[in-house]
Amino acid sequence: MSNPGAATPPTGSPAAANAEAAYVRFDNVQKSYDGVTLVVKSLDLDIAKGEFLTMLGPSGSGKTTCLMMLAGFEPATHGEIFLDARPINKVPPHKRGIGMVFQNYALFPHMTVEENLAFPLEVRRMSRDEARQRVAKALEMVELPGFGGRRPAQLSGGQQQRVAVARALVFEPALVLMDEPLGALDKQLREQMQYEIKHIHENLGVTVVYVTHDQSEALTMSDRIAVFDDGIIQQLSTPDELYERPRNSFVAHFIGENNTLHGAVTEARNGECRVAVDGGGEVSALAVNVEGVNTRTTLSLRPERAEINPASTDGLNTLEGRVEELIYLGDHIRTRLTVAGHDDFIVKVPNTHAHRRLKVGEAATIAWLTEDCRALDPISK
Amino acid sequence: MAANAIEIPTSASGELLTADGRPLKESLQRSLRRRKLTALALVAPAVVFLFVLFGMPVLYLMTWSVDDTLINEVLPRTFDIYEQWDGEALPPEPHYEAMFKDIADATGIQIGRGSTRMNYAKSKWKSLMKKTKRKIKALLNENPDFAGPYKETLLEIDKRWGDIAFWHSLDIMKNPYTAGYYLNAFDLKYGFDNEIIQQPENRRIYKTLWIRTLLISFIVTAACLALGYPVAHLLATLPLRYSNLLMICVLMPFWTSLLVRIVAWMIMLQQEGVVNDTLVALHVVDDENRLPMMYNFTGTVIVMVQILLPFMILPVYSVMKGISPAYMKAAQNLGAPPAIAFLRVYVPQTLPGVGAGVILVFIVAIGYFITPELVGGKDGQMIGNYIARHLRSTLNWGLASAMGVILLAAILILYWVYDRVVGIDNMKMG
Repeated sequence: MSNPGAATPPTGSPAAANAEAAYVRFDNVQKSYDGVTLVVKSLDLDIAKGEFLTMLGPSGSGKTTCLMMLAGFEPATHGEIFLDARPINKVPPHKRGIGMVFQNYALFPHMTVEENLAFPLEVRRMSRDEARQRVAKALEMVELPGFGGRRPAQLSGGQQQRVAVARALVFEPALVLMDEPLGALDKQLREQMQYEIKHIHENLGVTVVYVTHDQSEALTMSDRIAVFDDGIIQQLSTPDELYERPRNSFVAHFIGENNTLHGAVTEARNGECRVAVDGGGEVSALAVNVEGVNTRTTLSLRPERAEINPASTDGLNTLEGRVEELIYLGDHIRTRLTVAGHDDFIVKVPNTHAHRRLKVGEAATIAWLTEDCRALDPISK
Repeated sequence: MAANAIEIPTSASGELLTADGRPLKESLQRSLRRRKLTALALVAPAVVFLFVLFGMPVLYLMTWSVDDTLINEVLPRTFDIYEQWDGEALPPEPHYEAMFKDIADATGIQIGRGSTRMNYAKSKWKSLMKKTKRKIKALLNENPDFAGPYKETLLEIDKRWGDIAFWHSLDIMKNPYTAGYYLNAFDLKYGFDNEIIQQPENRRIYKTLWIRTLLISFIVTAACLALGYPVAHLLATLPLRYSNLLMICVLMPFWTSLLVRIVAWMIMLQQEGVVNDTLVALHVVDDENRLPMMYNFTGTVIVMVQILLPFMILPVYSVMKGISPAYMKAAQNLGAPPAIAFLRVYVPQTLPGVGAGVILVFIVAIGYFITPELVGGKDGQMIGNYIARHLRSTLNWGLASAMGVILLAAILILYWVYDRVVGIDNMKMG
């Protein structure tokens, strides 16, 4: 597989100009564990104060390593990390004042919930009375008042999760890191906790750096998402931008559902291009990430942006296909077709009053708007 | 919510019933009974084994430690009328007659054993009994119809029969049960009138021995903990290939004979041993002042620590292995410097293993026998050595049993204290 990131330099917020305003700043950070391969290849990232930034990527993409470097558990092999304009590479973890929610919560099993919450206050030599007030307040915030006397083992997964969040916030850090905090919860609870964490973030105004491999979690919660792959940020954008305007094939493929078509560019102008699709047909697409005429490209089209057998094809790109499978999902019918030699082309047909019923094996015309189809870097297939 | 529902039948008292009308609880018990019986059958051999080879001997031990019936069989007549004596002056003729006849009827073996027992109560009984038996035998050979006067005759045989102290000492032997062995084990004994008094100064050995046994066990346990804890931590945190190697080093002693290890220590620590030779060669000590590290207290402690170290390392290691490194990270992240994080978050979580290790090492140490026997010399002997001595050489099984029971009680008390302080459920052997 070629490296899809190579074509696109990772760009986020206006980096250098905004350096003073950035609360957390990774400056050309590299990390290697074995001296042979780089886990984080070259990371430049600015995080604004009060922002909810998610590091999203498949496992092994370097996102957790970045978090561990920020928390101080892993030294950066090269480069500098700044916290509030202060370089922190040489600051030990306990002096960074960063809150963290661990993957399996890491609640101290030999302490009660109250003692767990009081721990960061005690090591900061806070007076007993004030600590008690803060603990009570934190428990209230996560809706667990009255649970202070219990041991972590006596709590359910969701309750442990809340305690972990409360513990990371009780000493009022300006920055909180969360390392896949919802990974151990079931789906329903996970969704509920996503909203709760989001609300806590909004109410307290803390900066949150959140690591996950779950894209829906990232889309739900984040102000901005940094998509990691292969030790590089592939794209740093807001959730809607990331979904609607992916900059390369990896992001298009990783975020949401995506149809890909391969082809060669025949013509390019005004930000649009004509692409000769392998397997027949020529379509127009936005030239997002193509190198020029006569180069290979991968087209990306979201399943909900394509239409089957439209009333009129004026101004639309069309390809012929054949219906292979119909899956009834209530609000829409997931239709799998063979298009241009690929048998995994998905179209979501809304279950509206007027939609035409398709049959398996039927020929169909697929149509879409040029602006919904993005010509990206080629991936071999 | 009104979903589909079935009517579950209940009895008059409100208990749930199964479909055939039996109470649910009863049905459940019936269905579980078979499984319980199978489980019971599986553990039965171990239970029987434990009872026959451990439980019964311990019960015997307890009986022996208080048993005092032997002497009652040897001197039945004497004890029958003993109560009639006021104890103020020497007993009257009937008592001497009873004693005479008892000694005359007893076999040589009975006199031997009995007089040994009598000697515990008062020294010189043994020689008195043996001499008297011999003389009476000779006298009866000469004159089978001898019928007194008994008092006069006995006093003639040995003037000690006129010593009231011997007669007083019989009082304590009359009872078929005695606490005498237990008193003996603490350098105490019965005096006249059954009051408890200390042994004469030159016969007090056990109190020092108990204190020394406890002291050695404490030192050995503490040393094992101090040496074993870091090793266990290393074992639990090193990458697998190094920790495996280290584990082999820890387990190596288990694959080596105890005697081989002790002899190795002798070679190392004796006066002309490797350690002393090295120290002399380095001019740390003079040739004349070589350190005495073998055949004494020091030698016992050093060798016992080496032998018992794995018993500390293994349970501590197994607990440490289960502690996620995330806890230390979390503690530091929350603002604790590494040392505080270690003491407040890591160490408390290792306590179940530490408790198990401490109990294990202490219990094994307190009854140790071979090591002090071989390297203990004079001041490195422990209570176990004396139990063995009384079992094998002096044949004072009563005293040996009493010491064994005291040892058992000491361990049970420790166990109880541990349970109260730490909680036995918290202990993890592995």
